[in-house]
Amino acid sequence: MADVLLRGGRVIDSNGERRADVLVAGSKVQAVAEGLSAPTGALVLDVGGCIVSPGLVDLHCHLREPGQEESECVETGTRSAALGGYTAVVAMPNTDPPVDSGSMVRDLAELGRSSLVEMAVAGAITVGRNGSRLAPMAEMASLGVKIFTDDGAGVQDSALMRNAMEYAAGIGVTIAEHAEDASLAAGGQMHEGSWSSRLGLPGSAAVAEEVMVARDLALARLTGARLHLMHLSTAGSIALVRQARMDGIQVTAEVTPHHLSLTDGALASYDPNLKMSPPLRSAEDVNAVRAGVAQSVVDAIATDHAPHPLEAKEVPFADAANGVIGLETALAVALTVLVSGSGPFIADVASGEDACVEGASAALGAPPDGAVGASGLLGIQELLALMSWKPARIACLDHSQGGPVVPGSQANICVVDLDAAWVVDPDRFASRSRNTPFRGWKLFGKVLHTICNGEPVVLDGEPQR
Amino acid sequence: MDPSTTVIAGKSSLRNLLSVNDLGADGLHEMMRITDFFAEVSARPIPKVPVLRGKTIACAFFENSTRTRLSFEAAAKRLSADTMSFGVSGSSISKGESFKDTIMTIDSLGADAIVVRHPSAGAANQVARWVSKPVVNAGDGSHEHPTQALLDCYTIREALKEKSLSGLRIAVVGDLSHSRVARSNVLAMSAMGAVVTLVAPRTLWPASLDGWPVHEITCDLDPILAHTDLVYLLRLQVERGAGGLLPSLREYTATYGLTARRAAMMPKGALVMHPGPVNRGVEMSSEVAEMPTTLVGHQVANGVLVRMAVLYYLLAGPEGVDAMDVSRDASVLSDAESASLVALDG
Repeated sequence: MADVLLRGGRVIDSNGERRADVLVAGSKVQAVAEGLSAPTGALVLDVGGCIVSPGLVDLHCHLREPGQEESECVETGTRSAALGGYTAVVAMPNTDPPVDSGSMVRDLAELGRSSLVEMAVAGAITVGRNGSRLAPMAEMASLGVKIFTDDGAGVQDSALMRNAMEYAAGIGVTIAEHAEDASLAAGGQMHEGSWSSRLGLPGSAAVAEEVMVARDLALARLTGARLHLMHLSTAGSIALVRQARMDGIQVTAEVTPHHLSLTDGALASYDPNLKMSPPLRSAEDVNAVRAGVAQSVVDAIATDHAPHPLEAKEVPFADAANGVIGLETALAVALTVLVSGSGPFIADVASGEDACVEGASAALGAPPDGAVGASGLLGIQELLALMSWKPARIACLDHSQGGPVVPGSQANICVVDLDAAWVVDPDRFASRSRNTPFRGWKLFGKVLHTICNGEPVVLDGEPQR
Repeated sequence: MDPSTTVIAGKSSLRNLLSVNDLGADGLHEMMRITDFFAEVSARPIPKVPVLRGKTIACAFFENSTRTRLSFEAAAKRLSADTMSFGVSGSSISKGESFKDTIMTIDSLGADAIVVRHPSAGAANQVARWVSKPVVNAGDGSHEHPTQALLDCYTIREALKEKSLSGLRIAVVGDLSHSRVARSNVLAMSAMGAVVTLVAPRTLWPASLDGWPVHEITCDLDPILAHTDLVYLLRLQVERGAGGLLPSLREYTATYGLTARRAAMMPKGALVMHPGPVNRGVEMSSEVAEMPTTLVGHQVANGVLVRMAVLYYLLAGPEGVDAMDVSRDASVLSDAESASLVALDG
């Protein structure tokens, strides 16, 4: 593997920002300084004006292998991740069969050999994700699993969840929850509110999420377990986590790019690519989630990358699968809607909004904004913290991921051109699926290069394998 | 959020009828006027005109329906259009053919307009994205049923012998939350000047009334009856009485059923409507169903006329509507020519 010299970039990591060249040799960062000279045979990349950051870490993606390879597989999903600037992902266990045993963890480790980035596997909390019996968490933990979740559904049985937390606390792993009370959410196809009432789509109320968040926080307080709350989407959930922090409960929380950028008003188009769980929420919820991000109530932005084939989405809304993909758009969406100074994106996001609320005239009443514009809530370093080093710590990947770009550190790096504008074209995605809610959006911030364990897996926006 | 402030498709731009909002107040009045014309046609000895001769109208019904489907088919035939009909049973849907593939098949078979009914909200909007031909929403989940609202407004106008519903006090009673008829009618009645009150137990209220042009919503029917000119009863699916949303059908009927006792509390001459089919003894008693001021039969009859107007409007376009005005008494639409064309068809 040739050495790589990144010349002229702005290095931003948990230590701060500085202008420096970065020399990668083997799998490690060898030198970080201004005016480095290139060793013979090194690949020299001019990254003048670009951000050089620790690689991004996604706490939440669905790679669909084994069992749903028509949607995605480890190779395509991690290629998609690398293109998005990620050098590590946590694969959710709701595969078919689910990851609920030591042998499945070993199978996934084998499949992970086709991964372009570091791939960690989350295990299921219950056998078959059926919510009735604890899965062998200790066996899976002994094989390196750090996070357990029944994602796709919440653990409905409160007594079983208490036991899962007790057990997890004992073996030092994290319980991650898809917070959704199934009885309250039953039949829901979108957020319950003024838009569901007009559009005639059955609603799923914010309380379906908040009831379970409140329960889990109470159980975490009781058991002392580490709790990670996934894809929080409501103002009430953010308020509960804020209070729990003050009460000293060990809790972390993630939110998704789509819940930061789209509201339920976009559903006026009845586009099944806007159907996901939890659903797109009201503008008040989006603002509260953003405030949670700005005020460090939220620890991570995670994609919930959920690929589905066309035949699961080009169907009547009621029959469409839940979920959107996000690995190749997450950073740019977050930059565009959260970070100031990334470009004149308010007007441009508004044009994306036009695209996503097409057909709104067919709804009752006039549409409110289906997309929410730039807010200037975060600095670039704060955003990278939410997408790289903070999630790396939650996933216990911080020995190799998210660390500062200093000599001797593992060479997991992404290079981002903040000023580059691009239009989302799902037909160009490396993902096997196309179900993005951002088709046609003009975004700012493009990942140019991704270096994973010293290997340039993406160069100039093109995957190298 | 008043629908009258939304962008209203002028008559030159109406391509599909997916929602009452596609028409707006002006479009609703225009459609009433065209329906008047087809009412006159339908009163002729041979109630058929050759205006859509050579056109094919597809009725794609992904949900069971008797009256709406027959009504659209009758309307198409009276306009001399050919029809293609599709229902869920006995179709390739039962062999697993997808919604989109079925629609594309109908499109390829040469339909000039597609009438869609589907149990999923937004299905007609999806069809309108896939095909370039006019699409008529004949009911999509709990979203809308715009031709039902048109026929209801036409029926009210006919009963009142008035051109508008200005100031008419209407109570819409029943399963508001799940009713496409309620959504379309609230928009249409209010755009035509009526003052609409919604009545239902809380468990059947919509989650929000933001954007609903209504006067008020209440759980209590009896106190408003004395100030109500028209009670519009929504059909209650009997499974709602299973205990989850309503304690029982008996309790619903006791609280919201229109009995002779309740009908007597309304002003003299007050009207009663229901989109059908009526669950007698649930939404209304048999006595009320038989009252002369109960317009259910008129609603069904007017359904054909309104659907003639909608199909003609979408397929003949504004030029066709204008031509119709100038040629009202001309030979194009005369009984004699209709008769001869019918004879040729035969």
